[in-house]
Amino acid sequence: MSTDEKEYITTAIWREEAEPGNPYAASRCICAGFDVYGDLLGKVSIAEYLFLLFKLEPPSQSQAALLNSLAVVLANPGPRDHSVRAAMNAGVGGSTAASALMAALAVGAGNLGGGREIYKAVEAWGQCGCDLESWRNYMASPQDEPVDVWLPMEHVPGFDPHGTACTAPVLTSLEHLAALGDFRFLRWLRENRLELERQAGCPLAISGVAAAAMADLELAPDQGEMLHLLLRLPGAAVHALEQGKKGWARYPFFANGLKLTNDPGPYQGESQ
Amino acid sequence: MTSGPSVLAAHDDNWITDVGAWFPGERVVYRGRDLFSECADFSWFKLLALGILGRELNERELELYEAVWVICTSFPEPRLWNNRIAALAGTTKSTAALAIGAATAVSEAKTYGRRADIRASTFLHQLRDHLQQGGDLGQFVDAELKKSRSLPGFGRPVTKKDERLAPLLKKVHELGFDDGYFFNLTHAVQRYLDENRMRLKMNIAIITAGLFADIGFTPREYYVCAVLSFSAGMFPCYMDASSREEGVFLPLGTERLRYTGHSDRAWRHSLEEDLD
Repeated sequence: MSTDEKEYITTAIWREEAEPGNPYAASRCICAGFDVYGDLLGKVSIAEYLFLLFKLEPPSQSQAALLNSLAVVLANPGPRDHSVRAAMNAGVGGSTAASALMAALAVGAGNLGGGREIYKAVEAWGQCGCDLESWRNYMASPQDEPVDVWLPMEHVPGFDPHGTACTAPVLTSLEHLAALGDFRFLRWLRENRLELERQAGCPLAISGVAAAAMADLELAPDQGEMLHLLLRLPGAAVHALEQGKKGWARYPFFANGLKLTNDPGPYQGESQ
Repeated sequence: MTSGPSVLAAHDDNWITDVGAWFPGERVVYRGRDLFSECADFSWFKLLALGILGRELNERELELYEAVWVICTSFPEPRLWNNRIAALAGTTKSTAALAIGAATAVSEAKTYGRRADIRASTFLHQLRDHLQQGGDLGQFVDAELKKSRSLPGFGRPVTKKDERLAPLLKKVHELGFDDGYFFNLTHAVQRYLDENRMRLKMNIAIITAGLFADIGFTPREYYVCAVLSFSAGMFPCYMDASSREEGVFLPLGTERLRYTGHSDRAWRHSLEEDLD
């Protein structure tokens, strides 16, 4: 393993020029060809910069608008969401800020409303596209999932297994995002939502709208998963901070929420 | 009915469980046992296994469990990708729990660690099923190689030789675990690869997967029981880097970035705007 040759990080995203006299500090940072601090700063929105980072090309106006609105849709899932609850649990106990976001990422990574669901749903858009028959087949037959640390999906990705009808925030988000440009997946989803919901046996979820938007942004499943994890962190952060100030005593402990089915009772010794 | 609002309503303030509970100020029940009396003399490994599996391992099994963690998983080597995270957290003066938490999460990797573990154990269980149905070992191995272009538990990044095999096999022999069905199956696969001049060599993951399968672990139990197994290697990496001057752990100069991206260009606000 030992070698005299220097090893390198190969990247198409980032280039740096050193400060005079200090190779460990950058005087110029180039992202996909653009001077970050000499050109982009002051010109680009965060949505445009995010798009550039993921795609290595500038977005069109409609792509930037879509990513910007998607970021608003996802920024705060609200304090009942599992991932935000995880962050608040860090907050109320006085845990570190990073642990709050790590908790939100861990919980918000899963098959139910999390990054893994987005991965699966973006993958499904790649397989089924705008073909209803393909979606019917996809939903009718269990997917062949390779053995992994991830558990198998228990519902169709992008749909809410606990829902009864598509909620207003989901419908409004779909309408808004689909109207931002010529986005074929979002538009097709809007037109075929009811039939897809009938096939799935449950209503469209916000994750399904997000996945369609990511497919329209031509993001790969792993890019969509990563972006979804990123975009949902603001809500986790602020709710953790808020509950941190209020403290554990003003936060649910579920004092009456646990029932133990095999309580042996107070220990009575070996003769018990 | 396993989904829908009625299922959620049935669980509202109502988590029914047999894993345990804290009775504040009084006692703790752990998998149906009184923690402070019935489990007070347990080793931590025994308690951990009970918590995950819901059953107690016997002393021999616990000795194997602990030996695997000592021999196979505890390299204080800060260049290894997961341990490097612990060292990086140390050099930036981050906290120990953040370092170990992140490095542990990263250990669910495909090329090593937990994703390799669960694949190796599943491979052995599926091969066992295939053989019990009258199938052929070589046929199964060939099909797996064709499908995945790799064989779970065989081959290794950085080096082909797995230095952990000899000490672990010695310990396995001492403990008398070297005659189990799955353990022998791992060697049968290696013999097939050797006889067919395939260069793949077994790594420790397939051996440990076989050993734990022989004591009744499912692939998922094997994976979950190994989640913390690298931690004894991570802590020293964190302690070392966090005790030195900040920022000095294997620094990278700007020349270490080999850029393959777009040539320099100037930002134009958007494509549509350009067309206006």
